Amino acid sequence: MNGDHHVILRVVAKALIPIIALFGFYVHFHGEYSPGGGFQAGVILAVSIILYSLIFGIAPTMRAVTPGFARAVAAFGFLLYTGVGVVALIRGGNFLDYDALIRDEPGGHLGQHVGIIVIELGVLFAVAGSMVTIFYAFAGRVSEIRDEDW
Amino acid sequence: MSGYEGSDLFIALLNITLLSILFVIAIAIARLRSLFAIVMLSGIYSLVSATWFVALDAVDVAFTEASVGAGISTALFLGAMLLTSRTAKAEEGITKIVPLLVVIATGAMLVYASIDLPAFGDPNSPANTHVGVEYLERTKPEIAIPNVVTAVLASYRGFDTLGEVGVVFAAGLAVVLLLGFGERSLGATVRQKDREIDTNANPGGEDER
Repeated sequence: MNGDHHVILRVVAKALIPIIALFGFYVHFHGEYSPGGGFQAGVILAVSIILYSLIFGIAPTMRAVTPGFARAVAAFGFLLYTGVGVVALIRGGNFLDYDALIRDEPGGHLGQHVGIIVIELGVLFAVAGSMVTIFYAFAGRVSEIRDEDW
Repeated sequence: MSGYEGSDLFIALLNITLLSILFVIAIAIARLRSLFAIVMLSGIYSLVSATWFVALDAVDVAFTEASVGAGISTALFLGAMLLTSRTAKAEEGITKIVPLLVVIATGAMLVYASIDLPAFGDPNSPANTHVGVEYLERTKPEIAIPNVVTAVLASYRGFDTLGEVGVVFAAGLAVVLLLGFGERSLGATVRQKDREIDTNANPGGEDER
């Protein structure tokens, strides 16, 4: 690939991609206080990976985030979400009853906070992993994106 | 629209402007043949709708529309576009007219149905009187987090969200089942390149794999 006439794109992307990923985590951990949550955060994280692969090629991306890893993350996210429900069941509550996760004094809501953060983390993993997997399935079938393809 | 009297005209102008932009983009998408331009325009369409959702005070929906519609869909469409040709074939004859008639009929029905909808922001509408008020009142003592949308999504409707995550995961799985993991063609090239790097690093060395 001729890198010369994409130099501005590459430099800007190199500076932007870490900020996009960081913003994804901000959206996730700030989801209790502002718009956004695990779903949007997962999508933003996936976009940062996909943007990298669109600009620097799919092969280096697949070496950094392997397709197997993306699939495993997606499955882990779904299991994490379900796992919170099962833990609540084991601790004597209903399925996904976060109050049962942590016993604290009446009026306290630590269980709700922990439950919401953890299931949102599950959403983040499942969404980011699934999106990257879908992108790999589409883009992985052509070996390299040529300039004239745009 | 109580409390908004002074800015009613401004809000109306904003809505009209944004909706006209959406209309123009939609017409352009329908008339274009280049798939790349269509993908880019649909991304812009999502971005403008997200702006409009902000104007309607639906910030969470706007955020999702911006990240999913303008972000990931555009990237996925670009990836899918690489698998097919770059231009769409022009429709001819009856296939050109029938979709237009269907769209006009559906649009007319939707406009007719919208006459029965409560006014935007109406405090007496069903959405603002029964469950909505309940959530607003109960989130603070029961969940104790400031964002009611997150409380509804993750806690009150935790079961629904689990189902949605399952749907996303199943969608990823279905694409993989249909198209393959994406590493069959590319994994080979990656391994090939790795091998070349290894041989270049220690020329004449033994193949360690």
